[in-house]
Amino acid sequence: MSISVRLPTVLRPHANGEARLDVDGGTVGEIIDGIVRKFPGMATNLLDQDGSLHRFVNVYVNDEDVRYLEKMETAVVDGDELSILPAVAGG
Amino acid sequence: MTVYRGIDELIGETPILDVSQLSPNPNVQILAKLEGNNPAGSVKDRIAKAMIDDAEKKGLLTPGQTIIEPSSGNTGIAMAMIASQRGYPIIVVVPESVSVERRQLLEIFGAEIIFTPGEQGSNGSVRVAQQMAAEHPEWAFLYQYGNDSNPRAHYETTGPEILRDVPDISHFVAGLGTSGTLMGVGSYLKEIKKSIQIWAVEPPAGENVEGLRSLEDGFVPPVFERWGGQDLLDRKMIVRPRESIECTRMLVKEAGLFAGISSGAALAGCRKAAAQIESGVIVFVVCDYGWKYLSTGAWTSDLDSATASTEKIIYF
Repeated sequence: MSISVRLPTVLRPHANGEARLDVDGGTVGEIIDGIVRKFPGMATNLLDQDGSLHRFVNVYVNDEDVRYLEKMETAVVDGDELSILPAVAGG
Repeated sequence: MTVYRGIDELIGETPILDVSQLSPNPNVQILAKLEGNNPAGSVKDRIAKAMIDDAEKKGLLTPGQTIIEPSSGNTGIAMAMIASQRGYPIIVVVPESVSVERRQLLEIFGAEIIFTPGEQGSNGSVRVAQQMAAEHPEWAFLYQYGNDSNPRAHYETTGPEILRDVPDISHFVAGLGTSGTLMGVGSYLKEIKKSIQIWAVEPPAGENVEGLRSLEDGFVPPVFERWGGQDLLDRKMIVRPRESIECTRMLVKEAGLFAGISSGAALAGCRKAAAQIESGVIVFVVCDYGWKYLSTGAWTSDLDSATASTEKIIYF
């Protein structure tokens, strides 16, 4: 199942400059693994040493933050969109 | 009628407006807490007053001392208003990418403004203010992102006001910036009634922050971590500029409510929640009114160009 992934500006240099990727997988974790397999330079940007999401990275499925869904186990289906965004300040 | 002795006595006790005509579910009420009624025009008046009062009480802020603060606008405006009345010079560090009206308001209240590059977003302003505060230990650095008076102001005022006015609240929705509103109101509401859902909405602010060299430059407010944000929030979602503007326009058209763009984002979150539940009462925060965003054309331009100009500014 191919999921469209939106990358923020800061990560594009690690993905040959692409703003969007199509990655196969049935969960957020599988999609992230797929990205890292294709672009190993992404690993340290996306994941902590224990394999969990980096604290300054937010991942969204259809604009919902997966930390408040099922985290890496959050299921994705055809047509879903996954967005990766750096944590930034507001206020 | 009460006669108030100082502008800061007008902060808080904001009204709630029923805008359920905008609910996609007839069994779900949507209620707007109108924080634009605060004297400097936003919800941030509450935290500005709380942080300054607290620093004065602790002796961290003494007469005539200069205040420095990073802000994407509203906190800086609120602090400048209070500082102007209490005789504190104030320096506000803001991203260049804030709306022109936010800059003007800072000037009106007498703040000295230091701009940081727009492409670094608010993170750049935080970094510069931290550096300057370290170089000038004689200045007062109240630091909204790490100051417990920020969430505490909402825990002590905004939260109790909401529960008093809407005892049957089931959901609370607000924008995520410093996280102060969500942490303070959320903690208060959940202590009283555990079942209340706390939903955060945010703009996709990190998408085009080109000044980030790597994700290591990212930022999670210390307030969010100390108040257990990840356990407190039930949901967190992005609302993109186009949908935020569409909802901001709905508020004007259907309710006569001229709210800021982040309030449109919060309404979008409410509508999403309303569509997913059987029945309930949702309260959301109208953080400010629309005046500061007129220059974006959010109400007057066609949707495409209003979206394009909103994407270039910081409106949370």
